[in-house]
Amino acid sequence: MEQVAMKINGAAVSAPQGSTILEAARQLGVKIPSLCHHPDQRVKANCRVCVVEVEGSRNLMPACSTRVAPGMEIRTNTARVRETVQTILELILSNHPQDCPNCIRNGNCELRQLAADYGMREYKADIEPVALPIDTSTLSLVRDPNKCIKCGRCAEVCHHVQETGILYSHFRSTDIGVAPEYGKQLSEVNCVLCGQCVLVCPTGALHEKDDIPAVWAAIDNHEKHVVVQVAPAVRVSIAEEFGQAPGTIATDKLVSALRFAGFDRVFDTDFTADLTILEEGHELLRRLQTGGTLPMLTSCSPGWIKFMEHNYPDLLPHLSTCKSPQQMFGALAKTYYAQLSGIAPEDIFVVSIMPCTAKKFESARPEMADSGYRDVDAVLTTRELGRLLRQAGVDFNKLPPGEFDAPLGVSTGAAALFGATGGVMEAALRTVYEVVVQEELTEVNFTEVRGMAGIKEATVDLNGLPVKVAVAHGLAHARRLMDDVRAGQADYAFVEVMCCPGGCIGGGGQPYGTGTASREARIAATYAVDAAMPLRKSHHNPAVQQLYQDFLGQPLGEKSHHLLHTAYCDRS
Amino acid sequence: MLDKGKSVQAIISEIGTSKTALLPILLAVQDASPAHYVNEAAMNEIAARLKLSRSRVYSTASFYSEISLKPRGRNIVQVCVNAPCENAGKAAIIRALENELTITLGETSADAQFTLEGVNCLGACYLSPAIKVNGRLYGNLTAAAAVDIIRQCREGEAN
Repeated sequence: MEQVAMKINGAAVSAPQGSTILEAARQLGVKIPSLCHHPDQRVKANCRVCVVEVEGSRNLMPACSTRVAPGMEIRTNTARVRETVQTILELILSNHPQDCPNCIRNGNCELRQLAADYGMREYKADIEPVALPIDTSTLSLVRDPNKCIKCGRCAEVCHHVQETGILYSHFRSTDIGVAPEYGKQLSEVNCVLCGQCVLVCPTGALHEKDDIPAVWAAIDNHEKHVVVQVAPAVRVSIAEEFGQAPGTIATDKLVSALRFAGFDRVFDTDFTADLTILEEGHELLRRLQTGGTLPMLTSCSPGWIKFMEHNYPDLLPHLSTCKSPQQMFGALAKTYYAQLSGIAPEDIFVVSIMPCTAKKFESARPEMADSGYRDVDAVLTTRELGRLLRQAGVDFNKLPPGEFDAPLGVSTGAAALFGATGGVMEAALRTVYEVVVQEELTEVNFTEVRGMAGIKEATVDLNGLPVKVAVAHGLAHARRLMDDVRAGQADYAFVEVMCCPGGCIGGGGQPYGTGTASREARIAATYAVDAAMPLRKSHHNPAVQQLYQDFLGQPLGEKSHHLLHTAYCDRS
Repeated sequence: MLDKGKSVQAIISEIGTSKTALLPILLAVQDASPAHYVNEAAMNEIAARLKLSRSRVYSTASFYSEISLKPRGRNIVQVCVNAPCENAGKAAIIRALENELTITLGETSADAQFTLEGVNCLGACYLSPAIKVNGRLYGNLTAAAAVDIIRQCREGEAN
């Protein structure tokens, strides 16, 4: 790409043609503050904290939206720039609650960081802000409009990445607000609770519902036997909560940390991910053999399920009836594990650690109680686990390695794949192939379904029968596929959809800073976890084999049907 | 259904479903509404037909002061609230209108006869202070003249 020569703060530098001043400066190690800018999003240029001086230009220019030009002389560190940035911050802060120590974003708020960097000490808060009602109407997300700085990052992700179209800016000038139409609550609109808006929010205006107190209460209650399950995507992201680089694999430290925090048993959602493959794989084969509804769609992702219930109720029969691995785990913890351990199911408290905000909603769905009790009692996101572990006094990076408890902690590499887009498909193909073809699959890596392309396709030869599959992640891509299915233009047998970009590793409950770069790093880590496992096919999981032998009988059997499968409802 | 005239469906069929059709459609739907506003059902229908989110349609409707989100009276009195009219004595005009109509700026009278609203520039700064009543512009006003306009309006209704 052609380079453009210019000067930044007097130093001769060059940057690729078409770069913005902000991009060029950051590549060169010059920090320019920003709030509405997000590296994965389109330019908005509405917060103005990135202003710089450009020689020959009377006004300060926003660095996020101004492209570099040959011979440009840019100054980022002048009195005029600093004072302007301070004035802009003062204007934003004068209308912002001054309760930083009590805020859930204390420690990772982008606005607070800039206030600290720019030495903001006093604001002329001559406008008494109106206290706007906080939306706590859902089990997953909290929206506090008082803390909203109207940057528009949530609206962008809600409209252009997920195409759920819930949050958008309304009114104008001092009345502007970002909300659902008519100021409705999130529970009153078709929000799928994916939490992608939370990931991009620079402040505490959007965050997960904090369920840490419920988990401490269970741990502190000695009558309760508290078991925890950890989703595949959390082991490749939790280290970021403790300052490590995205893509750090921390499975063994994570297990130790959970034990340190006081959980009685540390189990793995990967165990029920393997189980899901057996149930879902056989469901696919049954549909193929008996002329069932095709394509069959995966059902692990609760945001995706809610999206289907709101927007494509006519296609609900396409969804696999399999519960998600989280819910299969809960149903088994209070039946199979209760039997094995001799602990009464009412004394067992199941906690999930999930990369996901929608999982909180899923765990509370009334039908998720097939054990006779609520199957999963509490769900914490990766971010909440970070906070819980800090409260527990865990020095994460210094922990010795630990191992999951048996049997609900035994898993294969196939299960680890569930965290990445294409992973459920790949895991299913490894098992379905061997079940159908009855010979060993030697090349286990289905690379066509890997990677960040929005929609991926592959065809697998099963004993002369070509089976066409597709994978989508992010709801905008899912919508394209579902429109094709609705129009009868999709000749796939099996389609995997994950609600969030990149799959669960990019889920709305993951650490702040989640973007394309960290998603890619976590995906690479996911494949490394798989490759390092001695067993890489779900049907080889000895604990799952034992489960079928001692308890379930066979895939799609009577007990499976009762405990591991579910139905969906029309929410349109 | 909007009984004053066309249905939302008919309006959209006429104007089209491109993204740029949104504002003309909102204005036409408002014109067809007996209460001079765009209601939620109409907005939802527009969103579905234009394949826009409800939130985006509401964004556009709420952005423009020309579009009302609430039912309005039979007669709409619009007062310019921008600087030139302010300097020319807008405050006294508003006070007089509020007294005459016994409502405050932004309200609709209990009998639904009048809505008094502040709007941005009417494009008639040379006539400031100016108001618009049912789309007709009145300029170089005094408080007494403004009240007269309202009274004439009432008489016109009565006849």
